[in-house]
Amino acid sequence: MTKEVIIEVKDGKVKETINSFLSSLLEKNLVSALLVPREVPSKDNVVQSLVTTSDGLKEANVFAPILPVNSAEIISKMTRLTSYKSPVGVILRSCEIRALIELVKLKQASLDNLLIIGVDCLGTYSVSDYQNFYKQDNSPSNELLKKFKEGKEDAKLREACRVCEYPTPSNTDLTVGLIGVDFEKGILLKSCTEKGEEILEKFSYPKFDQSKEREESVSKYISEKIKERDELFSQTKKEVGGWKNLLSVFSTCISCHNCMRVCPICYCRECFFESPAFEFSSEKYLGWAKKKGSIRMPKDTILFHLGRMNHMATSCVGCGVCEQACPSGIPLLKIFKTVSHNVQEIFNYVPGRNLEEPLPLTTFKEDELQSVGEEQNE
Amino acid sequence: MREKEPKILAFLCNWCSYAGADLAGVSRIQYPPNVRVIRVPCSSRINPLFILKALQQGIDGVLVAGCHPGDCHYISGNYVARRKFAIIKSLLEYIGVEEDRVQFAWVSAAEGARFAQVIKKVTEKVRRLGPIEKLVKTRGI
Repeated sequence: MTKEVIIEVKDGKVKETINSFLSSLLEKNLVSALLVPREVPSKDNVVQSLVTTSDGLKEANVFAPILPVNSAEIISKMTRLTSYKSPVGVILRSCEIRALIELVKLKQASLDNLLIIGVDCLGTYSVSDYQNFYKQDNSPSNELLKKFKEGKEDAKLREACRVCEYPTPSNTDLTVGLIGVDFEKGILLKSCTEKGEEILEKFSYPKFDQSKEREESVSKYISEKIKERDELFSQTKKEVGGWKNLLSVFSTCISCHNCMRVCPICYCRECFFESPAFEFSSEKYLGWAKKKGSIRMPKDTILFHLGRMNHMATSCVGCGVCEQACPSGIPLLKIFKTVSHNVQEIFNYVPGRNLEEPLPLTTFKEDELQSVGEEQNE
Repeated sequence: MREKEPKILAFLCNWCSYAGADLAGVSRIQYPPNVRVIRVPCSSRINPLFILKALQQGIDGVLVAGCHPGDCHYISGNYVARRKFAIIKSLLEYIGVEEDRVQFAWVSAAEGARFAQVIKKVTEKVRRLGPIEKLVKTRGI
């Protein structure tokens, strides 16, 4: 099932190399369409596009270090009603694949006939940073690859990416590898399923012979990331844990619900927090204000965030698009990643790890969590 | 001035804990009058938002009681409830709400005396914490 090959890169053109592989997937009719990030005409952002001809792949940039949207949400939109009859390839990062797996478990997406091509992710910049790079005549994709090659981590990467412990994708059919690979000369292409292997057999790429080195550098990279992640956890607890801190952090929330809309896991068709349960008469507001002297408007912002924390905690993949979408700059990623990590540890659950693992709240064990309700049991 | 009595909200499952409370009543067992009971079909009916909203509105403590694990009227409702409670407990710890403000207990229909005992203990613990300040809509902002 596992087969590793290397695609030769000419003149350091990493992006173009993978694009030509993708276009031959289309030309050989191995997939009927591809979902890829493409650069917009101004080049300072990317959009996901469903491409059916190799012509449409000219602007594709699967390594663009930017995540304007978690594509799991797009795939949910594409496959929620009906799944595909012929193979469609989707090029995703680790966080997108993990979110997709969660959405499949939540019955919001289907993997039928999807060919998942995962790309090693070296991190992403916020949309505004990415755009600034372009204004300064830098190509963010090449810059990041260069920095990575030199072993430097870019402090400008989004916090979500700086502490992400999943740089390499899992649950893929094909993985495009960069870490531990001399990608200026050749990119690793690895099949992880039979579907992926069948595709690789249609090509005659030379075998990759440095899998050991690759594995070593990946695990080294991950252990560094885990260190940074744990640092973030303790820092979060100190700085944005506890009631007083949370109160001041969320005091700038304007109730736009952007975080909810961009969150791949937040899938409810109708949000309770946008329901009539949170619509009150004018007198009611006045009554509360009189009772307290003053009330914060818009109301119930913290309740909204607590509700979301409670809902997302089991499945949050830590992609951080919530934080990126927040117009008030609330450090949502820190908070959500810490809260979710605590909850996921209780159930020994890792979102996106395995499609067969049931969601924590859809299953139970008879002999677990004995401490809940125990205090009164003496 | 007399100290303000704590207000406690008790969500009791219809099949066990509510019947347990009823038994305590008909057996004329005394327990603190601080609890306000809300009957729910099953402990898994509790949406964690009920708990958060109650605390936000100025309730000093919340008790959720259901059938003992294994005895659920709906076979496995309280097992799922237990998982939900574990999540909300972890969340409350992070946001810094005192642990004893939200308590869980298993009380069967035959345990009238135990129900009174549970209420006594919960009331004592909440009284020790004093009136709730966190989560209640805060003045100033």
